[in-house]
Amino acid sequence: MTPLLSVSDLRVGFGRNPHANEVVRGVSFDLADGETLAIVGESGSGKSVTALSINRLIDFGGGRITGGSMKLKRANGSLFDLMAATEPQLVRIRGAEIGMIFQEPMTSLNPVLTIGSQIEESFRLHRGLTGRQATAAAKDALDRVRIPDAARRLKYTPNQLSGGMLQRVMIAIALACNPRLLIADEPTTALDVTVQAQIMALLAELKQESGMSMIFITHDIGLVAGIADKVMVMQNGQAVEQGELNQILDNPQHPYTQHLLHAVPHFANGRATRADGQRDKDVHAEPALKVDGLVVRFPLKSSFFSRATGAVHAVDGVDFDLMPSETLAIVGESGSGKSTTAKAVLGLVRSTRGSFSVGAREASADRSARPVQMVFQNPYASLNPRLSIESILAEPVIATGGPVNAKTRTRMASLLERVGLPKNSLERYPHEFSGGQRQRLCIARALMLNPSVVVLDEAVSALDVSVQAKVLELLVDLQREFGLAYLFISHDMAVVERIAHRIAVIYAGQIVEIGDATSVLSQPQHSYTKKLIAAVPTIERRRDHFELDTRQVPSLVRPQGFEPAPARWEQFGGDHRARVEV
Amino acid sequence: MNYLMRRLATFPLVLLGVSILVFVAIRMVPGDSITAMLGTEAGLLTPAQRDSLAAYFGIDQPWFVQYWRWIGGILHGNFGISVTYGRPVLDVILERFPLTLELALLSMIIALAVGMPAGIYAATHSEKPSDLGVRVVAMVGQSTPSFVLGLLIIYTLSAGFGVLPAMGEFAPLWQDPLRNLSQLILPAITLGFAFAASVTRIARSAMLDVLSDDYVRTARSKGASARSVIWRHALPNALIPVVTLSGIEFGYLLGGAVIVEQIYALPGLGRMVLDAILQRDYALVQGSVLFIAFNFMIVNLLVDLAYVGLDPRIRLGEQ
Repeated sequence: MTPLLSVSDLRVGFGRNPHANEVVRGVSFDLADGETLAIVGESGSGKSVTALSINRLIDFGGGRITGGSMKLKRANGSLFDLMAATEPQLVRIRGAEIGMIFQEPMTSLNPVLTIGSQIEESFRLHRGLTGRQATAAAKDALDRVRIPDAARRLKYTPNQLSGGMLQRVMIAIALACNPRLLIADEPTTALDVTVQAQIMALLAELKQESGMSMIFITHDIGLVAGIADKVMVMQNGQAVEQGELNQILDNPQHPYTQHLLHAVPHFANGRATRADGQRDKDVHAEPALKVDGLVVRFPLKSSFFSRATGAVHAVDGVDFDLMPSETLAIVGESGSGKSTTAKAVLGLVRSTRGSFSVGAREASADRSARPVQMVFQNPYASLNPRLSIESILAEPVIATGGPVNAKTRTRMASLLERVGLPKNSLERYPHEFSGGQRQRLCIARALMLNPSVVVLDEAVSALDVSVQAKVLELLVDLQREFGLAYLFISHDMAVVERIAHRIAVIYAGQIVEIGDATSVLSQPQHSYTKKLIAAVPTIERRRDHFELDTRQVPSLVRPQGFEPAPARWEQFGGDHRARVEV
Repeated sequence: MNYLMRRLATFPLVLLGVSILVFVAIRMVPGDSITAMLGTEAGLLTPAQRDSLAAYFGIDQPWFVQYWRWIGGILHGNFGISVTYGRPVLDVILERFPLTLELALLSMIIALAVGMPAGIYAATHSEKPSDLGVRVVAMVGQSTPSFVLGLLIIYTLSAGFGVLPAMGEFAPLWQDPLRNLSQLILPAITLGFAFAASVTRIARSAMLDVLSDDYVRTARSKGASARSVIWRHALPNALIPVVTLSGIEFGYLLGGAVIVEQIYALPGLGRMVLDAILQRDYALVQGSVLFIAFNFMIVNLLVDLAYVGLDPRIRLGEQ
């Protein structure tokens, strides 16, 4: 039987001389009817370029297909040459036979048009529907992606919907005309893990209903376990390994595939959590950081002159302590208050109530009186592009009123060497470094003042898996060497599993569960922790379909003067405790 | 609505500030209206005659007394009497304003009608020779002074075709539309050329930005044609910078276009204000500057309201 899509020796180049500057270098695969192929790789591997080449959108992105062949079997059985097709021919294929969804639902919909008109457009273009018929079809399309209250939502503009909802709208648009091939380019990367699980469940269901084929592009090899039939692993523009799902997951041949699989979390028995430096239960040492009853509220005003009518309870009573040489991971989804907690610890937002004590060690000559430092999420945005590395590293010293002298320069040089950057880095500028190197620079900057606590706010989230692993290793080494306490804020359970000694799960501004990492990950007690862990794709739970759960995070807006009920805790051995649910 | 009210409530405050500024500024210019009015004959005045003239015009009082009288008058709708025209200031301004407004509108229409298509065309043919051509013309248009262009147009028409631009008594639109248009079309082209060049450049860069946005890629993945991508998906998102620029330019034009009015001998606001400054016609200068500031604020308000219509993400008056 002829495959639905047959790609052979696809080559794609960029720039003025595409032949010399190829990003995809000879990729071949076949996709049968109803089959799902997962393309896995890191940024720059050419996986997205491959996807965009199939419906020839790459022509608009500055790319040129320089060689190979791509054949699509049309509904009537004839073969369509995607390579030779003209733009007017392609316009009839796109959306009708090949649907596509993208990574960023927030920016992938036109901000000035209602979602209704954007869905209707597909029906207008390929089905010739107009007016009321198109509106009715759009409503059905929204129903199909399980958006409640579809008729009213049609009139919304994209800014009125959450990321998960927008991705459903994108799916509704892509599937509007029942394409036989759906290309999903990292459709869940920008979403929270529980929302990701919902979208994955929806895609699996819709695929079952319609029998379409799918190309699923992702950097997370764990995610493909639940959805793919075949897997293709890409690196540097080439497919380094491809085969059946089970074969790739159980018996990976290429070292790169093995490396990717290594990064996937395995919560079940806690064998991947850290074994070093566990908290000594007998000795009650002085904590490096202690937070008591932290509350951060942002008052809401209806207009400039009126009084506050309520408040956003971003953080509502958070307590924890952090020992020297220990990593406490704060995990939660966007809007849960985890970053606000970190910012409050650093004094970047004003806390409404609560106390901190920092200072396991006395401030002394070689230890600065400002012992908390921070590493931010985006290494591209958190280094001033106009400053040399030397000035960037000198910044914390200048900010605390210290002298920049030979001693400071010696420290800069030794820290750069310690984080694994070349010696001549000092005179260079941030743009000369890769993402991973920049994050190493940020770490070096945070260590300039010899802090006792480092707050890492999603510090490795923007990095590729292989770079991530190296930066995590570096963080662990530095922790041992300098006795650093890490407050590690993350949404990524796979990363948390590898760096945390203890984990605090935060939900709607409150800690719902806290304890040692092994215990929390392998025996979660609170229903939210269970849901969060169940949503993380792992290789063990292959073909184990995600359940479709449409519960939303509760609103954090409370009326003026609202106080949450005092928390009641249940102990689960050691220091593992969870909030009692009502 | 609430927002509109609050915006309008700030108008008097701004106008008060402008009134103090212009009042003080015009009095810091050396010379006085008596000298300006009588020219060399002013030297023949005896001090007593001069004093009585100053008392007649009220310029013998300290400046704050003069200001107080002037502001008090304005609150009663009396902007004072122009010493050069011998008529109420507001009448003189309102007589000149229709021409200035019409000229500004015509220039803007020309600028948008030429600049938008040119900008869109250049953006969709980016880095091709045609794009380069549009960019060169736009650059030339932006950097050619209006007097050069105005004189070139007049010269070409008269020397090349033997036609002279319609001059003479200005005919208002409602009296003789044809004659009015024939009088205004060349000045409007002169002003609109540079305006169109700016619109072209900003439309091109805004369209280029928007065309690389994710939702344009989404539209293409749906099978939208190139035309639909440009007009339906990209253009509405690229309009905001164009509206901002047009608003600012239009606001400037409402203050009069001194050079173009001079070249084409048009009785517009610009020349009137210039003459009033030269003549130290305090009341007229103050009144017209207030009037121009008021127009500018109205235009800015309209621009902000246009944003709301263009982009549903923009909510005015919220924090």
